Amino acid sequence: MNSEPRQPNPAGDILEEQTGLTLAEISRACAAQAELIIELVEEGVLAPVGSTPEHWRFTGVHMRRAGVALRLQRDLGVNLAGVALALQLLDEVETLRAQLKVPGGSI
Amino acid sequence: MEFKDYYTVMGLARDATQDDIKRAYRQLARKYHPDVSKEKNAEARFKEVGEAHEVLKDPEKRASYDQLGANWKAGQDFHAPPGWNAGYESSGASFSGRDTADHSDFFESLFGRSAGAPRGGRASFHAHGEDRHAKILIDLEDAYSGATRSITLRVPEVDAQGHVSTREHTLEFTIPRGIRAGQHIRLAGQGAPGIGQGSPGDLYLEVEFRPHLHYRVDQHDVYLDLPVTPWEAALGAAVEVPTPSGLVELKIPPNSVAGRKLRLKGRGIPGRTPGDFYFVLQIALPPADSETAQSFYRDMAARFQSFNPRVKLEGQA
Repeated sequence: MNSEPRQPNPAGDILEEQTGLTLAEISRACAAQAELIIELVEEGVLAPVGSTPEHWRFTGVHMRRAGVALRLQRDLGVNLAGVALALQLLDEVETLRAQLKVPGGSI
Repeated sequence: MEFKDYYTVMGLARDATQDDIKRAYRQLARKYHPDVSKEKNAEARFKEVGEAHEVLKDPEKRASYDQLGANWKAGQDFHAPPGWNAGYESSGASFSGRDTADHSDFFESLFGRSAGAPRGGRASFHAHGEDRHAKILIDLEDAYSGATRSITLRVPEVDAQGHVSTREHTLEFTIPRGIRAGQHIRLAGQGAPGIGQGSPGDLYLEVEFRPHLHYRVDQHDVYLDLPVTPWEAALGAAVEVPTPSGLVELKIPPNSVAGRKLRLKGRGIPGRTPGDFYFVLQIALPPADSETAQSFYRDMAARFQSFNPRVKLEGQA
């Protein structure tokens, strides 16, 4: 019988619930240079905890957001300010769509 | 393989200018980009448009394609004519920022590395494979208890000569307990293969709940419209009711009105911050489909003559 400690769900983990990712980890995960991630933080697209890049810690939510931002830049040629605006609007649209789905509207 | 009509894909005439092509691409890319689009098959359409643009925007590739394509229609069975690439120099990187695995068989037969001028030893080029994305539909109960599921993917494979083929690959994975709609399950290494020594990308599965017969979900909270009788609402009652985590005995407080929400804390979708479960009371009237029932209602009207539910509306209009 296998008595090894259980791995944390190796078959699939929830992206949004990861925490404590460093700048290096998120850069590698997004296949982007650290400079690009730093730009996103400075523009306010990502808000990691920590005061300096070495101390920044990102969550899975940030990682997903960074992925969207980088794809919009790369695939649609959106500049940094445009990406920030686009993400803001996408958030709003997401919220509105969710409210439409609950009959009787928001409680 | 099938002939692809890139002009049709982009909605352009064969004499479109380079500006026309660029404009059409920009519009279609915005329309079908998977991160912003809710269109069906957005990712497939986006790739298709991207491939068409890659050929048509490059005057050399476009000229080759036009020359070849004059004789074919979309969907027809197609083979590149022998000697097709005599005199055409495939410009090194068919990679051009796009993963080889993203190209259709049709593109690869015309412009892929295998179709190019004879190469000397392959330049060693390494790149991390791209991430792939897919959507899955799960049941609410899966989020409560976790589940094992399998998904079948069409995985592109590149052999040593650079030929691309696809094969079906079935993957088993776990739906983690506590997952919510809109979250992503990451399957490491199941994305597009890397180039050279590059590691493969990851596969992200976006989770959506199948609409449930009884329950509604908002983030991690779950709602159930609960019909109760007028006397249960008025006098209070204990009723047995279902939740995704099992049957519960619910106390309906006396003097409850329609729309009242009764909360079971922590009985929504589980997790580090579990959601709540809400029963939303609906008053169900016994039908007035017999003389006895109607007579009862008339009595009730007489007894409650002073009760006016529309008092707030009076004086309007």
